[in-house]
Amino acid sequence: MAAKKLSLKDKYALLTRDLDWEFSYEERKEAFPFEEFEGIKITDWSKWEDPFRLTMDAYWKYQAEKEKKLYAIFDAFAQNNGQLNVTDPRYVNAIKIFLTAISPQEYQAHQGFAHVGRQYGGVGARVACQMQSLDELRHVQTQVHAMSQYNKYFDGFQNWSQMQDRLWYLSVPVSFFHDARSAGPFEFLVAIGFSFEYVLTNLLFVPFMSGAAYNGDMATVTFGFSAQSDEARHMTLGLEVIKFLLEQHEDNVPIVQKWIDKWFWRGTRLLTVVAMMMDYMLPNKVMSWKEAWGMYFEEAGGALFKDLARYGIRMPKFADQIEKEKEHASHQAWWTFYTYGQAAGFHTWIPTDEELDWLSEKYPETFDKYYRPRWEYAKQLEAEGKRFYNGTLLQLCSTCQLPLMFTEMDDPTLISQRETHYHGEHYHFCSDGCKEIFEEEPEKYVQSWLPVHQIYQGNCGGPDLPGILEFCGINVGNDNLDIKGSPDEQRWKQWKGVA
Amino acid sequence: MPVHAYTSDYTGTVRDLAENFHGNHVVYVCWERHLLFSCPFAFLVPPQTSFRTLRDQLMAEAYGAHPQWAQIDWSQVNWSVSGAPFEPQLDKTLEEQGLDHKASLRFSTPGLDGMSGAGI
Repeated sequence: MAAKKLSLKDKYALLTRDLDWEFSYEERKEAFPFEEFEGIKITDWSKWEDPFRLTMDAYWKYQAEKEKKLYAIFDAFAQNNGQLNVTDPRYVNAIKIFLTAISPQEYQAHQGFAHVGRQYGGVGARVACQMQSLDELRHVQTQVHAMSQYNKYFDGFQNWSQMQDRLWYLSVPVSFFHDARSAGPFEFLVAIGFSFEYVLTNLLFVPFMSGAAYNGDMATVTFGFSAQSDEARHMTLGLEVIKFLLEQHEDNVPIVQKWIDKWFWRGTRLLTVVAMMMDYMLPNKVMSWKEAWGMYFEEAGGALFKDLARYGIRMPKFADQIEKEKEHASHQAWWTFYTYGQAAGFHTWIPTDEELDWLSEKYPETFDKYYRPRWEYAKQLEAEGKRFYNGTLLQLCSTCQLPLMFTEMDDPTLISQRETHYHGEHYHFCSDGCKEIFEEEPEKYVQSWLPVHQIYQGNCGGPDLPGILEFCGINVGNDNLDIKGSPDEQRWKQWKGVA
Repeated sequence: MPVHAYTSDYTGTVRDLAENFHGNHVVYVCWERHLLFSCPFAFLVPPQTSFRTLRDQLMAEAYGAHPQWAQIDWSQVNWSVSGAPFEPQLDKTLEEQGLDHKASLRFSTPGLDGMSGAGI
């Protein structure tokens, strides 16, 4: 007699909610020890609405189908020398940043969700986190595979995991995830699931994937399509988390608000790299960072926070500051990387005249006044054979670990510096947001692994710059410096048959 | 509460104590409105360094590429440390005048406010 097939509803119940059990001889608290220390009150886990109705067997089947198609396209991309179809070799530097700064964070997200997927008392939340954990692991793998073709033809891709651990600017995304992963399980989900995946992810994925599409990079576009259904699931989880926490107990509201304030600020600082990528690194531009911010944060995020107002949640604390920064952040970041281009794992350059005009058009209030003159001066120095590099190590923020490269937004020629004291030591910050985050939990951030200080403590090779860069995994003279005269540029010209 | 941790008496290891820098201190310097240098600098210096050495050697090397560096009239410069006005004494050491580990020094040069009216 053939086995009777389960109805979808029964199968779903058995493979998710039914995986839980009653504790007869152990305290439930002992099994989920991290559930209370953050102050979050959960009165009834059964109120958790599964954000997506997916069982593990269906997950594997669906993902296997998707990846079969994805790898067929990667094969075709390799066989057809797809790397030659990108707009110009400058573009490839955007995906060097993606591989070194973003992909390893997919792995950290995998670890984080695996951890919290064990820690919640509610089985629905555990299953959802388990699936997201697997998604993130697949994403790092497929991203590495998508970009591996470029590694055969361009510099700067070969040591992404060593760079991740050691290279100065990569401590920014690394510390972001270390911060989230070392927090309690509910803060982690508000940080990554809600603030990042639900609200800010469109500002990460859409620019990179549209940038790839506009610049002939089929490998990255295909990865983006493949990940899209996963990302949609992650967003649903992020929203469910926030609604569940807010509906469980009114005491949760101020705690969640504080996390939202913190993680929006940290997330926005992290996205600075996307801002400079969009405005400066894409030969074919998609839209300006300012436009992207307006569309994805101010419009979409604004509507979300209107919706959350009924729970007593307001806009993230530093949203007004961020609104001002959209005029400046990308320019200040690319100028910093340009002037420290000898110490980066990718190439930098002066925008072309057409690109400078595009920036003037997109930033009519600020670009010609504050930023074009810098590029005109850089052009003058370059023409004199004195391409400008800054040779002195810079000051880093003790929270976000970015250089102190942001100005006061109401006085854009004055660098913003904030300072606090804890147990007799000075700590410095790029902003009020980062200072407040530190002051909330100084015992956490006194541990920041600030690359400049680590170099000065003698923990990063050197002491000369080439020695430090080699320690970080940079192939000195090939991966770093200006795109002009780089091996990347020379090879590209040979392939394209231009002098 | 200095940290939200599962362990009630959790404390972190302070990674940047002066003793980890092999007898040196870190001192930060920011030349206001000279954004050719996009960020303040971090100098590694023995605490016995005189202010004159900091200014005329370390800072001169770091900032010397700027056309306005050579034009600075040092008697007109405004200094501050951690936001409070500061009067440097050139031949005293950094330590003697309170510039301790991770002190943050800023200076502005009135009349020399960067190039192109854009604080470069």
